[in-house]
Amino acid sequence: MEKRATFSSTTIGLIFIAPMLLLIFVFFYWPSGQALYWAFTLEQPWGGGNQWVGLQNFQQLLSDPVYWNSITRSLVFGLASTAIAMGVALVLALFTDRELRFHRAYRSIFVWPYAIAAPALGLAFRFILAPEAGLLSVLNSVWPNIWNPALDGKDAMIAVIIAFSWKYIGYNFIFFLSALAAIPRSLIEAAAMDGAGPARRVADIQLPLLTPTLFFLLVINITESFQDSFGIVDIMTQGGPARATELMVYKIYFDGFKGLDYSGAAAQSIILMGLVVLLTIVQFRFIERRVHYK
Amino acid sequence: MHAKFLGAAGMFAIAAMLAGPAMADKTKIDFWFGNTGDIAKRVQEQCDRFNQSQSDYEVVCTSQGSYDASLQNTIAAFRAGKQPTIAQVSDAGTLDIMLSGAFYPAKKLMADMGYAVDWDDYFSGIRSYYATSKGDMYSFPFNSSTPLLYWNKDAFAKIGKDHAPATWEEAAEDFKALKAAGYACPLGFNISRDEIWQYGEQFMAVHGEPIATKRNGYDGLDAELIFNKGKWVQYVKNLKSWYDNGEAVLKSKETGQTFVEAFAAGDCQVILTSVGDHGNIGRTAKPGMNWDVAMLPVYAGTERKHSFVGGASLWVLAGKSDAEYKGAAAFFNFIAKPEEALTWSTVTGYIPVRNSGYDYLVKQGFYDKAPYAGRELAIKSLTASPATADSLPGIRLGGLLQIRQEMANGLQAIFINNADVQASLDDAAARGNQILRRFEQTYKGKQLP
Repeated sequence: MEKRATFSSTTIGLIFIAPMLLLIFVFFYWPSGQALYWAFTLEQPWGGGNQWVGLQNFQQLLSDPVYWNSITRSLVFGLASTAIAMGVALVLALFTDRELRFHRAYRSIFVWPYAIAAPALGLAFRFILAPEAGLLSVLNSVWPNIWNPALDGKDAMIAVIIAFSWKYIGYNFIFFLSALAAIPRSLIEAAAMDGAGPARRVADIQLPLLTPTLFFLLVINITESFQDSFGIVDIMTQGGPARATELMVYKIYFDGFKGLDYSGAAAQSIILMGLVVLLTIVQFRFIERRVHYK
Repeated sequence: MHAKFLGAAGMFAIAAMLAGPAMADKTKIDFWFGNTGDIAKRVQEQCDRFNQSQSDYEVVCTSQGSYDASLQNTIAAFRAGKQPTIAQVSDAGTLDIMLSGAFYPAKKLMADMGYAVDWDDYFSGIRSYYATSKGDMYSFPFNSSTPLLYWNKDAFAKIGKDHAPATWEEAAEDFKALKAAGYACPLGFNISRDEIWQYGEQFMAVHGEPIATKRNGYDGLDAELIFNKGKWVQYVKNLKSWYDNGEAVLKSKETGQTFVEAFAAGDCQVILTSVGDHGNIGRTAKPGMNWDVAMLPVYAGTERKHSFVGGASLWVLAGKSDAEYKGAAAFFNFIAKPEEALTWSTVTGYIPVRNSGYDYLVKQGFYDKAPYAGRELAIKSLTASPATADSLPGIRLGGLLQIRQEMANGLQAIFINNADVQASLDDAAARGNQILRRFEQTYKGKQLP
């Protein structure tokens, strides 16, 4: 029989979680509540007062085709960067887990990108991907005008997706690697003795056993790609050219922090939050069924 | 345990006592600004000179990283009751603070603190930009600029010209000739929201064309954008045809080289940019390169009007103590000295904002010497026509930054996606008008001062 130490009194439990609850309240619920309130008002930036306008902010946004385009773009961005960040991280983790040469070094090196702040990352990628002076300018000297994120919306979108994925590859890598390490060696060795090659072992043993991690990372990556991309977009493209990289979260940042339209930005935040919640529900409802936790 | 705690507390008390008297001597005032890099260093030097010039006040100057960040931080601090005494606000944020009542009007401050200021000493174009409809100044013009045309004399010599184009028709001929002479980038430009200033707003200013009704918004919050109905449409069409012919080339951070860098490197032969870049280009220009500046061209047959002042002004915020306001007034009195105007204009490219400062610079022979010659054209451009009751003093529109973004999006659609010029500009104006109506509704019941 398993022995557990539990608190008999609810009060003591509540006291223990109180500091954490307070932090969550101050840094999450309070600002969210404020945003929710502002979304239904027109707020003067310097605090001179506000007025209740009901659903007007939402009506204006949702009747604007440009805003719907930015929702579509955010979905494309989110799915593409999640696919790349998870796919590449998984491959890297599988190779590192096979204890190829220098795997110990890789284990720490691949995590570094996650520690880099988004604006610094954006600056670096702006240089790398610049069509005239960057490292990719070689491409243009071979095939003129094949790569130009400054003028081509698609190229610009690819550029921000690459920059964002690069950052999250490191984050995903460490989760995949620790999950792979938790798979009993005996299973893999048994499969090898039965004649399964590395690819077969990945497909039949490692991937099925990784599903809880895959699902967790999927939820996290999708959520982060909707929220964490404005720094990279701001430095690399400013939403351009011609709105090609105007993601929902960048528009919130621009309207709120640069344009001083607090209420419009608050309404957009609520819509974004709703969308992320909806996506998360969809994932738990339809994808989690295929996850084997045991 | 107790002993340790008491010891630490004792140390803290001693430290506080040591620091205490030194701090009590001077009244400290905070000044937040948005400039970075070299200009930030120059602002800091000016603060140091003020601090050394007297012993009653100490101004603590802090760069916040950019105009936007500075404004954002100032607003956040103000809402939390921890605002600095002096804050720099750029042209795009002027209307919001003007309607907020969160400030101590400049004219009132100086009068209350016992300084006699000759407000007519400011250049009329600069004064009218920042003044209320009654002519009262609410803020102090600080770093002021206006755009100029920069041209490469060596390249123009190759096409047999010794002067910059004065009209856009002449400029079109020059671009064509430069292209024919083998120059890859006759005009370097960009179309992000940062360049709407010189390619849109200032173009309309020197042509006397309104960007919006109600005298560009000075006569009421119900102004409507009309930039899609005037000469600017033709200008955008011309710019697009130069771009299509390879006579105008997009140069930006995203392509790897900004148009200012391209001009300094000799890669582009003509650019339009702020006089504030004059010093920077002088320092970074390719050795031996001959270049000069000229006023923005106008279309043939247009009577040139004065351009608008750009840059930012300094606001004194509400809710501070009398002692702090005295310090702020002393600081403004200090930076208004002609000697300060000379130092400021020497180390930055910014222009003097008062006649007395300008006259002092002229008397010192500032504009005769090589690195600074040409900057007087900025003054000439700003005073090209008198500021009268019906002329356009500047732009006073809410959400100006977002409107610039809409205009930039319109231009990008035209230049990059080959969208129809008139339709794109109409769309930009319509979207801009929505921003104006939102702004008007946000400040419902408020009157423009």
